[in-house]
Amino acid sequence: MNIDAILAQTMLGLSQGVFYAMLSLGLAIIFGLLNVINFAHGALYMLGAFVALIGYSYIGPWLGYPDFQMGFWWALIVAPLVVACFGMLMERFMLRRLYQFDHIYGLLLTFGVALVLQGVLSNYFNISGTAYPATPESLRGIVNLGFMYFPKYRLFAIVLSVIVCFATWYMIERTSLGAVLRAGQENPKLVEAFGINVPRMITLTFGFGVALAALAGVLAAPIYSVSPLMGADLIITVFAVVVIGGMGSILGAIVTGLTLGLVQGLTQALYPPAANTVIFFIMVVVLLIRPAGLFGKAEG
Amino acid sequence: MNKVFWVLLIVLGLAAPWLTYPVFAMKLLCFALFACAFNLLLGYVGLLSFGHAAFFGGAAYITGHVITAWGFGPLPGILTGTLFAMMLGAIFGALAIRRQGIYFAMITLALAQIIFFLALKLPFTGGENGLQGIPRGTLLGVFDLNEPITMYYFVFAVFMVGFLIIYRTIHSPFGQILTAIRENEPRARSLGYNVERFKLIAFTLSATLAGTAGATKAVIFQFASLTDVHWQMSGEVVLMTLLGGMGTLFGPIAGAAAVITLQDELASFGSWVQVAIGGIFVVCVLLFRRGFVGELARLVKAKSS
Repeated sequence: MNIDAILAQTMLGLSQGVFYAMLSLGLAIIFGLLNVINFAHGALYMLGAFVALIGYSYIGPWLGYPDFQMGFWWALIVAPLVVACFGMLMERFMLRRLYQFDHIYGLLLTFGVALVLQGVLSNYFNISGTAYPATPESLRGIVNLGFMYFPKYRLFAIVLSVIVCFATWYMIERTSLGAVLRAGQENPKLVEAFGINVPRMITLTFGFGVALAALAGVLAAPIYSVSPLMGADLIITVFAVVVIGGMGSILGAIVTGLTLGLVQGLTQALYPPAANTVIFFIMVVVLLIRPAGLFGKAEG
Repeated sequence: MNKVFWVLLIVLGLAAPWLTYPVFAMKLLCFALFACAFNLLLGYVGLLSFGHAAFFGGAAYITGHVITAWGFGPLPGILTGTLFAMMLGAIFGALAIRRQGIYFAMITLALAQIIFFLALKLPFTGGENGLQGIPRGTLLGVFDLNEPITMYYFVFAVFMVGFLIIYRTIHSPFGQILTAIRENEPRARSLGYNVERFKLIAFTLSATLAGTAGATKAVIFQFASLTDVHWQMSGEVVLMTLLGGMGTLFGPIAGAAAVITLQDELASFGSWVQVAIGGIFVVCVLLFRRGFVGELARLVKAKSS
């Protein structure tokens, strides 16, 4: 095992880690305001990838314009919007009825939604995956990083995701909009008294959280093939990431996601059989030493 | 009203092989026991585990292995699987009760995923194919379990034993404390009860009986597969309990019957089964959170008062 191979796996791990980071960030934002764990997060990530795929390969012929193809750049904008709309409808007409009950009902409802989405798409698309053919020419090929050659597209995905994650962090922790949001987490009644429409803020926040998942889905489409099951196993790993990091902090979600991706990449290099389970074992260790999670606050 | 349910359960249970296919009736009893074991945790302690497939499927694999490779009989095989589920339940429980609420659900889900990967990778599990051709064998050297009717009554006996254990647990002082923890955990703690210990015992008991159900399933169908340990199995048992009525004694049986029948009827429609199951989840959570039996009990109560 030479150092180059380890570095290569580290970079690959990082490109996995950005997906963990974006998904756990979205979960943390939603959880902060709604106290709901969105089990459909993986399915919405998958839906984002499908919007990109359908927009490129299928929608033109369906609508009678065989030449119409929505390219990758458009998909980066359109897919999060479409999925955010879906998510906001879901929040407005389903989740909102459950806030007065035990939090586990939100989890169960979103689990049901995830099964429906997965089941419907499984009927029309191959569950072993369909290749996304629309990676732009400018992002194909490899780039020399000095210590290794790395696929240009993966580098792009890493850079864009990190930018989006930190922009989100900045917005929530450093702007007045974010201050309202954080105030809404602490005391929704008081924020409402200041004339802010809290229910609408909740809907928009949910939309934003799932838009992050959809964006991750579009970014994943050229790397992994697009499959109805692509979100299902990912979301369980992301749950473990969330348990390890704790959902108390936005920055915590980002850092934990990136770090665990790196750890997984390194495990892949050093001891491949454990690569799938290493995050779960880390979760066990964290539960034993610091049950509230690395960045978490103790629960009441 | 409970009396009516008891009579129904025993009469239907005894007559089932003549009312429907024995295999279908056996499958139903297995999942009913699984759901009842799960309900002990969700309905009476208020803990939502999303990882019960690990106990169900894990026990199925262990039972299959000891019967096939070590030549165990059906009863010792099922007991070994059950014992395994008990130990696994104690370990998972000890870890998961360190967090509460939805964290608890996420932790159990993640832990169960470890078992899924082990079932996929360990040398004795048969990977993607699972364990196949587990012999049913002869019970106590007397009853030939290849006879469908004999097998059915054996499964019915296993179910009744499991169900009575759950019944006794719920209606014991121990069960009352569990309910107290569900209703108001800080209060139970302030009364001097060691809440963690009670949760752990309840979790282990629930996992043990889920294991019994899975082990029995392996003997009936003569295989153990990745489906048994998959997270979707954990989801199904949640649905059965929710649909029938969590926190009711007979609800999970009704829920299991409904879900198994549905799967059987829709078996030829591929992934639409999943869509139906997901749809029922949504409707159930939005419109009738008490489930069949819970709603029924409420109606009867409203009438009598």
